[in-house]
Amino acid sequence: MKTIISIVRKDFISEFRSRDMFISMFTFSLIIIFVFNLVLDLTSNIKNIVSPAVLWITFLFSGSIGLSRSYSLEKESEAIKGLLLAPVDRSLIYMGKFFSNLIFLLIIEIITIPIFIILFNYDFSIKIIEIMLVIFLGTIGFSSVGTLFSAISLNTRLREVLLPILYFPIIIPVLLNAVRITRSLLSGESLSSNSSSLQVLIAFDIIFLSAGILLYEYVIEES
Amino acid sequence: MIILLVLTVISIIASLYASFIYAPTELVMGDIQRIFYFHMGTVWVATVAFTTVFIASIMFLKSGKRKWDILALSSAEIGVLFITLTIITGSIWAKPIWGTWWTWDPQLTTTFILWILYIVYLILRSVAGDNVKQARFAAVFSIIAFIDLPLVYISARLKRGISPVVFGPGGGGIESKMLITMLITFLACTLLFIILLKQRILYEKIKDNLRLLKSRAI
Repeated sequence: MKTIISIVRKDFISEFRSRDMFISMFTFSLIIIFVFNLVLDLTSNIKNIVSPAVLWITFLFSGSIGLSRSYSLEKESEAIKGLLLAPVDRSLIYMGKFFSNLIFLLIIEIITIPIFIILFNYDFSIKIIEIMLVIFLGTIGFSSVGTLFSAISLNTRLREVLLPILYFPIIIPVLLNAVRITRSLLSGESLSSNSSSLQVLIAFDIIFLSAGILLYEYVIEES
Repeated sequence: MIILLVLTVISIIASLYASFIYAPTELVMGDIQRIFYFHMGTVWVATVAFTTVFIASIMFLKSGKRKWDILALSSAEIGVLFITLTIITGSIWAKPIWGTWWTWDPQLTTTFILWILYIVYLILRSVAGDNVKQARFAAVFSIIAFIDLPLVYISARLKRGISPVVFGPGGGGIESKMLITMLITFLACTLLFIILLKQRILYEKIKDNLRLLKSRAI
């Protein structure tokens, strides 16, 4: 537990000093959501169908930037060597990176939400707590797979280019279910009417978090 | 090897005969239904191939032996070939029956994601080249991909599907001549898979030998 916390703390201290990742991720998600809003030019009757998809695609894109950045920082100054030299289990390093990615993505997403509400003309009285819960579950899925795959892609010669190719097809179940639940929440339905989608989302999180813990040691060994 | 080859050729001819002449014409769909035998055969081989990739990848991660890596890679290539054939034959069938080449029905969604995932696997594997460490990345990815597929299917299933369920609850059962035809086609496709797999593994081993000889010559 202490190991995980210290990895998270290290990531936050280095981010707090430069702030470049945070600013670029946030700007990127702003740009995506603006561009979608501009080109789609939504009328109110299809708004509830399209806007959840826009929201989640924004999360996906800005998230994939953050994920690859977080691992390339480790590679840049060979900080990963220090991490690997530490006498701790590889799975703890995975958990540390997972949590710091999770928190980063969540912060970006929480800031994006009000902008989404304003641009797509929703009221602030929407079911925000339920939506936050869905975002939380979806982001666990993003971070669990993303932490693993950012290590894979940055260790190959294709580097950042490879991450979306690996990451997007795997994340499809999260995207499908999260969009579906968000859509029904925005149309005023309750969370319990989506229990099966919610279950799949939770199952995805559990399965891929365990897979990440088990498989991480194979992707970060020294080249 | 020769015996296997002869058996494969015979069973392919038998399956062609069975699916075009022996099997009765389906009442509702007509002759187009005959493509289904081959369609099911290819999907069967793809399933076997990707399951092989999954198991071989686990074995490769555990043991680190090159032969598992070769098996996974070879099997994945053949699997991608057969799943491509599945998609093509399925589209040819769907156009006159459903009136559309493609729809986002659960089976089709899963097949499409499956196809993409293993193409990505092959990209990842080819980037790795003969680097053992990077070959491991491909193995990790194929394990993740394999366990992702049921989730894709369930997620897509939450929307209603239109693909025919042939067997199992809700399926309409199958006429015996059609069943025989299907079994012959399954056999033919499986034998073809084994032959292709053996050849592909042999090819990879020859490549390894050549690399070794080259490095010695230098």
